[in-house]
This record gives sequence, structure tokens and C-alpha cells, in this order.
Amino acid sequence: MSEGDETSASGLLDRRLFLRRGLRWSAAIAAAPSIAIAADIPSDPTRTPGQPFSNYGQPSPQEKATIRWISANRAVAGNGVSWTPLHDLEGIITPSGLHFERHHNGVPQIDAEAHRLSVHGLVQRPLSFTIEALKRYPQRSRIGFVECGGNSNSSWNLEPLQTRAGYLHGLASNSEWTGVPLSIVLDEAGVDPAARWLVLEASDAIGMNMSLPLAKARKDCLLALYQNGERLRPEQGYPLRLIVPGWEGVLNVKWLSRIELTTEPVMSRNETSRYTELQPDGRARQFTFVMDVKSLITSPSPGHLLNEKGLYEIRGLAWSGRGKIKRVEVSADAGKTWKPAALQGPVLPMSFTRFRIPWRWDGAAATLQSRAVDDTGAVQPTRAALVAKRGRAGYFHYNAIVSWQVSEDGELSHVYA
Amino acid sequence: MSTPERLLLASWLLIATAAQAAGPGLGKPLSAADIAALPRSVFPDGRGLAAGRGTVSDGKVIYDAQCTSCHGIAGRGGSGGHLISDGKLTGADPDPAVNTYWPYATTLWDFTRRAMPMTAPGSLSVDETYAVTAYLLHLSGLIEADGVLDEQSLPKVRMPNRDGFDWIDAKRH
Ligand code: HEC
Repeated sequence: MSEGDETSASGLLDRRLFLRRGLRWSAAIAAAPSIAIAADIPSDPTRTPGQPFSNYGQPSPQEKATIRWISANRAVAGNGVSWTPLHDLEGIITPSGLHFERHHNGVPQIDAEAHRLSVHGLVQRPLSFTIEALKRYPQRSRIGFVECGGNSNSSWNLEPLQTRAGYLHGLASNSEWTGVPLSIVLDEAGVDPAARWLVLEASDAIGMNMSLPLAKARKDCLLALYQNGERLRPEQGYPLRLIVPGWEGVLNVKWLSRIELTTEPVMSRNETSRYTELQPDGRARQFTFVMDVKSLITSPSPGHLLNEKGLYEIRGLAWSGRGKIKRVEVSADAGKTWKPAALQGPVLPMSFTRFRIPWRWDGAAATLQSRAVDDTGAVQPTRAALVAKRGRAGYFHYNAIVSWQVSEDGELSHVYA
Repeated sequence: MSTPERLLLASWLLIATAAQAAGPGLGKPLSAADIAALPRSVFPDGRGLAAGRGTVSDGKVIYDAQCTSCHGIAGRGGSGGHLISDGKLTGADPDPAVNTYWPYATTLWDFTRRAMPMTAPGSLSVDETYAVTAYLLHLSGLIEADGVLDEQSLPKVRMPNRDGFDWIDAKRH
């Protein structure tokens, strides 16, 4: 097959190209601005004994620009978010220390030995569990995303915000979570047939409380004790958090200490005033639990620089709270033409899925986009379609197609296209 | 399939289902006293509210001392966001706030009790919480200036936007 057959006018190549032949790469995409390398690195590491062991390894000092971006309240340091630097990461697992954070009043310090999970309300046997006890229960692992309902919210703005991809869309992270299926604990307590909801409550300084339908709790929720193989980080809910696969982040209650079985939702502040979406007609969507199908190109993306014409790999992430990613298409001409990207396995339900497609940049201006489809047939909408349907005041649940413009200088910027 | 094979399969299935359905049963029973000591969920119909009372005028004193720094005078805005708005929920610049958007008054009491003021959450007494809630509901035009709020009257306060919400991924029963 000649290269002409594989290249579309926009320069997107067949997704299998890299696998088939050893194509030569252009100089790697440079990070702008580049980071000065520490002065104390020996010129020849083969002629100097290396560093000693460490009890807990850290990233290379040369990677110190790969950080969560913090945006916190000026009066309350523990109120705000920090964003996962998706633009600097590869694969599908987010390092635990880079998992996004949303705290309402700081990260509580909790004594794991004293911590209890109480299960009460409409149950036959109200029970209390220690963390040590929960560790003895059958454990299950699942790889999946947690995405804040407010992720990507700046994209509702009239003008596109100029920042790194992760600082626009990185209130989403993906981990292997391990813990006790919630259904086991519910069965032990004996749920009353009248119960329909769980009220989940945290031991943080806002007393976070959220209502969760019982059917979901029974289906696939996990009382998570471990993230990526180690005990939960404090900022991810140590010693215990709930994982609610595919549903908005706020339901994945961290520092979980109380579960009350009820007939109806509690109507807490965070399921009425917040995490509801005001629509143009003045009505609001409430209990919008599922995180819809979404994708973005993580590389190249704003802050990266294409320093010469030639072959690049377009890389990105796609996920859906409804199931598996079925297809991701990429456009280099603002959505006029699309080519299917390769999905890199494993393709798991309610998990980040990595996609890749080679692209030959001819040095002309281009607009890069990705569009994901999940196995329920849901298609990621254009921004225009999403805004036409929902207005711009809903704040939560933004999942539209993301557009990066490449200038003739090889610089990338965020645009609405 | 031979009999031993069948038995093996049966016992394997048994283990598999047991692992799926049951844990070691290590939950400790909670007594009525234990449950009474837990934080309470406060529902729109008033279940879970602590007994107490507070006046609008006491609430203004508490609000001015403990809330204005972050929410502004009379809830008009600050680093913690505004609580009271003159705006609407429709139009070019909709402006949801406690008075225009919140469906239930009980939520205001509960959130204030568990979370505010942010620098000292849980520091307001039950009566102080009723008082500051009364003041904010007065600013919302829902209680008179000489009004009083208690666990009986609070759930009866009907917020203007109570029926403004559509449930998307959950069913009403
Ligand atoms: C140190 C700053 C600070 C003080 C003092 C403070 N608050 Fe807040 N308040 C906040 C912040 C920040 C939020 C947003 C919380 C979040 O992000 O979850 C908030 C949220 C609220 C909300 C929810 C608003 C909404 O629209 O959802 C209410 C109600 C509230 N505060 C009431 C009070 C009352 C009453 C007091 C005084 C007793 C008070 N606050 C004192 C910082 C403060």
C-alpha cells in the first residue's frame, strides 16, 4: 500500500501505520517552556556510583514540572481543586500522587485505627466496621476513572480558556481501586425491602453527605481501601472511600464513615445547590449521576510545540460512565473529515482508554479534535450541540468535543471549533 | 462428567458464590445509643432536625460576626460566594443562590450546622444554627423580621424553587 492510500488530506495516517512499519519520527514534541536540567547530574553516569536506595521512590527531579495544578479559595486554603496534568501523562493509570483533588474544607487527618464505618437506618442489623475488619473481607479490584461532575467547566465560558489540557479537563483520573464490594457489607446488615437510597457521609470538615440509589450500591460499588496497589492516599479518602463506577466524582465519597439506608434522598447541599445543572428554561437537572462519553487529545495539546514538519503520534484519552469505549475518531481539519484512531488495550468499561493515530503535519494551520463513541452508541457531542441543548449555566457535565488549533509555527492553542 | 468431577465443580461453585456474597461477618452491632450518637441526616420533611429555636434578629448578629467575612453583608457575596441574589434562573445571566435556587430550607440548616463557618465547622449551637438560618430566610423574603424558627416551623418554609428540579438518573418513588 502506498502512503497516499493511507494519508487523508488532513495528514491523518492509518492508525496501524506505526505497527506495520518502522516509520521515522520527527524530533519529539518539545515541552514549552523547557526545564533546566539540574546541574549536579554527572556527565557520565557509567563512571560514577549511583544514588543509594530510597524507602519510597520519587519522580526524577527533571520531571518536577509534572504537577497537579491547584486552584483554591483565597480565604479557605482547603477549598478548591487540583487538576491532573493529563498532557504530561501516558497510558491509562494516573499516578496516585497526581490524581485530581476536590476538597471542600481540606484533607482530614484520620486515625485509621479509630475510624469506623457505621451502617444503619433501614437495615435489620445496624453494624460498625473497623478498617482492620474490612481488610479481611473478600477484596475486588477494578480499573476505572473518577471524574468530577464539574470537570471541564471552563469550557462553558464564552471564550476558550488558554491553559494546559490537564488544567482544563483533568478533574478526571484513572486508577486501580481495590476494596470490599459494598453489597457484601449491605447484605451483612440486612437491607430492609423498603430502602431505596443510601446516604453516604464523610468525616471531613464539611461533613460531606450524598445520596446514592440502592440499586447502584448493590450493582458495582466498592468500599475502596487501596489505590494502585497501596493504601489510599489521605487526599483520596484514607482510610476508606467509596468507588461508584462511572458516576460523578462527588458520589465517590472519601473518608467514608457513615451509610444510612433510607427511602429517599437526603437533599444535601451538594445534591441540590451544587452538582445540579440549571437549564435555559430555568429548570434544573438533578441526580445526573452518569458521566457521559468523552475524549480529548492529550498530545499534542496546548503548551506542546511541534518544532518541525513531519510525523507525529496524536495521543489521547476516552472514557464513558455508560460502558466501554467502542470507537474514537480523530480530525485534523476541525471536524470536516475523521479517521478512526487505534484503541490501545485494555479497553475496560468505565475506564480511561488510550487512543493513538499517526499524523503527518505539513506545516499548515490545523485543528485537531477527537470524538468518542461508547458501546451504548452514545456519541460525544460538538460544543455547539451541547450548548444548544443545555445552555451555558449548568456548570456541570461538560463532555463536548475538544479542539486544539495548531499554528504554522507549531504552537497549540485551545479553540472552539 | 464423573462423580468426583461433579463434586469438585459443585464445591468450586460454592466457594465462588460464597466469596461473591459473604464476608467473614465482622461487623459489630450498633446499639440504639451508638446510633443516637452518630451524626444525623436531615430530610426535607424535618426528620433529623435537632430541637431548638432561633430568631431572625439573633441570626443577624451571628451572621454579621461570623459570616460576612466570606459571604458579604446580607449574603451579597465574597470569597465564599453569595447566598442571596436579586437575579433570576432564566435569561442571559441566570443567578442561582439560596433564595432563588435551593429547593429545601432544611438543607440550609443542615449545611450550616455541619460545615459553616468554614474556619470553625460545627461551632454553631443548635439554636444559633436556627437563628442564622432564620436570618437568611428573612433575607430571602420568606420570614418576617420578627420571625422565629424551630424544628417544627423550618420544614414548613416553602422555598420558591422547590419544584424546579427534574431527576435524571434516579426515579421518584
Ligand atoms: C472562611 C470563609 C467562610 C466563612 C466565615 C463562612 N463561609 Fe459559608 N462558605 C464558604 C465557602 C468557601 C463555601 C463554598 C463551599 C464549597 O465549595 O463546598 C461556603 C458555602 C456556604 C453555603 C452554601 C452556598 C451555596 O450556594 O451552596 C452556605 C449556605 C454558607 N456557606 C453559609 C455560611 C454561614 C451561615 C456562615 C456563618 C455562620 C458562613 N457560611 C461562614 C466560606 C465561608
